[in-house]
Amino acid sequence: MVVTGLGVLAPNGHGLEAFERALRSGESGIRFVPELAELKFGCQVGGIPQGVDQIQSRYLSDEELFAMNPNMVYAAIAAIDAWTDAGLPRIAPDAEPDWNSGAVLGTGIGGIDTIAEKLAPKTDAGKVARLGSTMVEQIMSSGNSARVAGLLGLGNQVTTNSSACNTGTEAVVDAFLRIREGRAERMLAGGSEGHSRYIWAGFDAMKVLNRTKNDAPAEASRPMSASAAGFIPGSGAGVLVLESLASARARGARIWAEVLGGYVNCGGHRLGGSMTAPNPTSVQRCIRGAVAMAGIRPDQIDLINGHLTATFADPHEVENWRAALEVSPEKLPLIQSTKSLIGHALGAAGGIECVASVLQLGRGFAHGSLNCEDLHPALGPFAGRVVHRTRDLPELRVVAKASFGFGDVNGCVIFQKFSE
Amino acid sequence: MTEQEVFEKVVAIIKPFAKAPEALASAKMETSILKDLKVNSARLVDVVLEIEDAFEIEVKDEDADKVKTIGDAVKLIVEAKA
Repeated sequence: MVVTGLGVLAPNGHGLEAFERALRSGESGIRFVPELAELKFGCQVGGIPQGVDQIQSRYLSDEELFAMNPNMVYAAIAAIDAWTDAGLPRIAPDAEPDWNSGAVLGTGIGGIDTIAEKLAPKTDAGKVARLGSTMVEQIMSSGNSARVAGLLGLGNQVTTNSSACNTGTEAVVDAFLRIREGRAERMLAGGSEGHSRYIWAGFDAMKVLNRTKNDAPAEASRPMSASAAGFIPGSGAGVLVLESLASARARGARIWAEVLGGYVNCGGHRLGGSMTAPNPTSVQRCIRGAVAMAGIRPDQIDLINGHLTATFADPHEVENWRAALEVSPEKLPLIQSTKSLIGHALGAAGGIECVASVLQLGRGFAHGSLNCEDLHPALGPFAGRVVHRTRDLPELRVVAKASFGFGDVNGCVIFQKFSE
Repeated sequence: MTEQEVFEKVVAIIKPFAKAPEALASAKMETSILKDLKVNSARLVDVVLEIEDAFEIEVKDEDADKVKTIGDAVKLIVEAKA
């Protein structure tokens, strides 16, 4: 099983070249969001893809955009980019769909902005007849994948998964398993999330967002630091084309990486887990499950792209990696947080970060994590393993990517550099 | 507003929904909104809403259901404004 295409729309870059540049140079995508200040949010910064108004018209017609919210637009742009990057042809509107290609494109919150801005006010005002025809397709959970299916002519399974912050990574695992079962030749996999005060308000109310760096947005996302004070909300989309090796070879596709294995599970809100906290045992089982399926030894992992959001959980996560891989702290693989650059893109996070993982494998580098110069004291023993500054790593062979989400859910996927 | 002016305004309203731009460019009164202009049938609801706003009229559901061609829409608008 291999990855043949990547597409990304992130707060710090659209497209692989821009995203790679931003990762390498440590360019933050976190900006001050005036609307959040006006609305008295505690956290007034966020990660929002830039220039989408100009970008979207290159990808989507007026008729399509009329019925799409940002969540759907982001998914469509990243999916079309991934499809194009994989060298796959666009299917004519009057042709048969591609029966062998499908999609698992997740979202965490979905079209809540459409509900809050349009559906609820008009419905409550007795103006249902003024809602128009596009409400359902924008608020149904599967709105993002459904739109992509039509744009690309997908004829295999097309669905939207949702497991909070684990969504994008879970999508990759689900797509991987479907191809492995022989039920599809290739699957688009990843996640998307719009940006909206309505998506972010609930997190702000929980006090899980950092409200201490509104005047210094680039310093606001601080995973693994002693001064971590909550995550920064993000948005965007990341999509991979997963494909059977036989299919990739048959069409002479360029191969980004191999997918060795993946695992998802849940902690059942037991053994220290809850709706909002991870059960350490289940996190470790998840990582071990992925490693076992990959058929590798833990010491073969070169780089961990962690979940690492900048909440209290970061030191626990790193310790869980250590325990799962059964290594001493100084032997932990290198570890990084992409969220330090783009914030936490919720349902899109796993997708964008899987793209970052595969991109680093393909281009031979490990990007630095911003804002953890003041490493959390509990991470002292791991200090040498945290990638602070981007380094070229031509020998990079195996990357482990994990995501953990509300609901006590976990996902882990192992990518390896492809060699014949 | 003349019938021709109403016709042009209706064509402009339909334009973002039409998937057959060449048919729209040569649209006539008898041009079918669904068959010729390839407007998604679900979007007729949105076309009618925009007509209501643009011409400041109210279109009853049963009248909206009868609109098949651009001419049908023009006739409905002209009658409502009369």
